[in-house]
Amino acid sequence: MLAVPTRHRSLALLALAVLGQTLLLAYQIKRDSHVRLIRVWSVDSITPLERMGIWCIAKVHDTFSGYFALVHTRRDNAALQGEIDQLRMRNAQLEGDAAEARRLETLIGFHDIHADVPILAARVIAANADSASRVVFINRGLREGIHRDMAVVTPDGVVGKIWEVFQNTAQVELLTDDRSGVGSLLATSRAQGVVKGTGEASPILYYIGNEENVAPGDQVLTSGEDQIFPKDFPVGTVTEVKPALKGSPFRQIRIKPAARLDRLEEVIVLLTRQEINTRASEPAPSGKSTAKVPAGNPHP
Amino acid sequence: MIGTMPNALSGRTQHIEVHKFHAGSIIGVTILALLIQAFLPVYFPRTHLLDLPLVITIYFAFSRRNPSTGLLLGMTIGLIQDSLSRSPVGLFGISKTLVGYLASSLGARIDVENPVSRFGLTILFFLVHHAAFVIIQRVLLSQPAPIFTVALWVGAFINAVIAVALFPLLDKLRLPN
Repeated sequence: MLAVPTRHRSLALLALAVLGQTLLLAYQIKRDSHVRLIRVWSVDSITPLERMGIWCIAKVHDTFSGYFALVHTRRDNAALQGEIDQLRMRNAQLEGDAAEARRLETLIGFHDIHADVPILAARVIAANADSASRVVFINRGLREGIHRDMAVVTPDGVVGKIWEVFQNTAQVELLTDDRSGVGSLLATSRAQGVVKGTGEASPILYYIGNEENVAPGDQVLTSGEDQIFPKDFPVGTVTEVKPALKGSPFRQIRIKPAARLDRLEEVIVLLTRQEINTRASEPAPSGKSTAKVPAGNPHP
Repeated sequence: MIGTMPNALSGRTQHIEVHKFHAGSIIGVTILALLIQAFLPVYFPRTHLLDLPLVITIYFAFSRRNPSTGLLLGMTIGLIQDSLSRSPVGLFGISKTLVGYLASSLGARIDVENPVSRFGLTILFFLVHHAAFVIIQRVLLSQPAPIFTVALWVGAFINAVIAVALFPLLDKLRLPN
């Protein structure tokens, strides 16, 4: 049998690996497929570890803020050490609880206002595994009735949409992802356009004509035209308006997302595409939000 | 354990060191890198410049010094990274396959135990990885992708610093001579 030199063997293997993956890419482009099987295997293997990691981080954080931060105080006053330790540990715990309660209260307020809209609260458990895309994983999936293209929001505004769903988790394509698009309109003139992500913090509002009067600070809302997001839900605020490029009839408008996409912890998945009455979206009186619990605790 | 293998690239009978690792080290470190890569941006948004899976690919390719092993490891890590991201499966896979192959080929030829060479080579392979990524995006996927940005250079520098700090720790996972 002909002996193949080691170098040629590895070169042949390299060619085979690159060719195989190129064909895989071509298949995905041609069929508009996402090679779901590979993704399901990876996500099902990794996300349980991510959930465990989130749990461990929370425990370490609790331990650190509740105990180690008090070492210095213990040295200062040995006599009061026991009492101070207990009080501060409890204080740290309460502060954490209070912060979480405030976030949950906002979610409850949202649910109180939109009691007729089926929603699901979820917790962000991981971000994207690469710097090229803007996606996050949430701790809800097929089991909770989540499907592709469902809208994901916070009480502040649009977050993104469900891009891929797995058994216990789902991947959310953020508004800032360079492949995202949200049908939008300007609150003042009702001129319609599309907000597209750029991969950076500020998406761009496209297709607003030169004749439209737009200024920084103007509100951008969903138009409902994309059949994903309910109409008149906050998308963001105009931060920069540039005149159209030569030959283009459209302005260049950059916006700041209404939702804090860089600090996402809990989000709401809209399990329907029915319109939300945003005129009732003013902050709810604090007493009102005690009766109902949003559809699902974000920390199952 | 340090094994030896003929230097296939030069074709001479010169022998080079091939480092072996404790059982499960490569798999464990790879999973840990992917987990940290997914976790960090949740708490620290600016850490998206880090590419820990790439750093791990480079390290194990350097240590194993076998192009076939290097490219297979790079391909596996890249495909997992693809499947956890929004990208089409194969984008990171091809980039890291190339990096795995080149790093292990280079590791068999030059000294990669020195912190200075580790720093320089990590920058080099970060740029190679980015170049492959951009070429695939532009040529195969017809997607616009910036070639040289400030973030690219900052990312290359940060990943090289991480590599210099991380590699000595990973050296401890090697089997003793």
